[in-house]
Amino acid sequence: MEVKNRFDVIYTYSDDIVAREIEGELIIIPLVSGIGDMEDELFSLNETGKAIWDKLDGKKSLKEILEILSDEFEAPKGEIEEDVVGFVNELTKRGILVEVSGN
Amino acid sequence: MESKSYVSKVRIDRSPLWKKSAPVLSELDMELTERCNNNCIHCCINLPSDDISAKEKELNTGEIKEILKEAASLGCMSVRLTGGEPLLREDFEEIYLLSRKMGFKVLLFTNATLLTPQLAELFARVPPLEHIEVTMYGMKQKSYESVSRSRGSYESAWNGVKLLTEKGIPFIVKGTVLPPNEDEIEEFIKWTSNIPWMSSHPSLSMFFDLRYRRDKGKNHLIERLRLTPEKGLAILSRDREGYFKSTREFCSKFMSPPGDRLFSCGAGLGKGCVDAYGYFQLCIPLRHPDTVYDLKKGSIKDAVTRFFPEVRELKASNPDYLARCAKCFLKGLCEQCPAKSWTEHGTLDTPVEYLCGIAHTQARYLGLLKENEMSWQVKDWKERIRKFSESIS
Repeated sequence: MEVKNRFDVIYTYSDDIVAREIEGELIIIPLVSGIGDMEDELFSLNETGKAIWDKLDGKKSLKEILEILSDEFEAPKGEIEEDVVGFVNELTKRGILVEVSGN
Repeated sequence: MESKSYVSKVRIDRSPLWKKSAPVLSELDMELTERCNNNCIHCCINLPSDDISAKEKELNTGEIKEILKEAASLGCMSVRLTGGEPLLREDFEEIYLLSRKMGFKVLLFTNATLLTPQLAELFARVPPLEHIEVTMYGMKQKSYESVSRSRGSYESAWNGVKLLTEKGIPFIVKGTVLPPNEDEIEEFIKWTSNIPWMSSHPSLSMFFDLRYRRDKGKNHLIERLRLTPEKGLAILSRDREGYFKSTREFCSKFMSPPGDRLFSCGAGLGKGCVDAYGYFQLCIPLRHPDTVYDLKKGSIKDAVTRFFPEVRELKASNPDYLARCAKCFLKGLCEQCPAKSWTEHGTLDTPVEYLCGIAHTQARYLGLLKENEMSWQVKDWKERIRKFSESIS
């Protein structure tokens, strides 16, 4: 489901991946099959993605994350919102992020 | 809205190119056991599968977990599980899952005889992220089991390969050229061409290593099984054009006299091998006591950042080595290294005649040396390499 207009939802990292930060690079390693298209595919995040990733703790809603990022980067909420929506949509489609159940 | 991607696919092979500095440890070999259920005639490491004293000395699951944890903390991305036969370990599944849950890619070296439907199911569900490497010893029961000296191993190996194929688990196979199977090479290569994950011809072992532990009892047999340099060359150059092409590419990068520094390879540079008992080595074969590090008394970090660099600075003192190997420009064709010197002679700097013969035979065939000429006597080696690199076969 598209995340737009669902900012009360809480997202967290899927149990099907392992995320590791190595030499400043955030690397996402599939744990189960079906995450990547190829058998030896890993993923890395760009800087914007990493900034959003770091705020996903399984407790904060997207609305709270938006507010924190907006303060942190002193950027208009609309701009941040576009990035957060794009990021969450992309990573949920890939099975890297999941909604926290019960919210 | 402009389409923007926040995540990108990355291929981190066993020599990752990091944007900033490389991690302290990039890859780790874990030799889980020296025991094997096969008893291959040419093998350089195997102990009997029921060797209780060897089994008792092996690292336990908890110790392996601690080593893996430290490796992960140092940035290691890839772990090779090897042996002996790693699937012999009763805790293999646990070690495998631990490795994957810590975020490693796992490269498994196996003879596939102990693969079970349960294990294949696990590899399908939690993929290793590296192609499993299976060594096959023959296309027929007689040839296979003449090599493995283990009754039933042929059927078990083929069942293992069948399981991997049915489950779509990526694997490649490697072969050996030995008297019982040397007539089957073409059949073997033809079969491997149907394996979807094989992108090139299989590697074929034929210039076998002597025993890594220098337990000499088996060395006489291994020496007898080694192909002569001429016979090995005939196999390597079956596809003459391909052989020239790959050698030319390699030679343009790796051909120069190494001088008295013993280590010109990448052994111990952000990588290493933990043996079955917790000793950390620069590479799998190198077990000279002066070059191994006891992980029970130290750490991977200390080994990789302090001990290994010290070992890599070692210089040759053997006059024979200094007169020959140090001045030899065939480095890219010769497997002479401290590990080979160790397995053959128990030293780090003794020329290995067998390897020297292989390199010279190839160099003569490639036109880099004249008949009866020895490489260390050649003064115009740079010119010869240049001409060879630019030549068309």
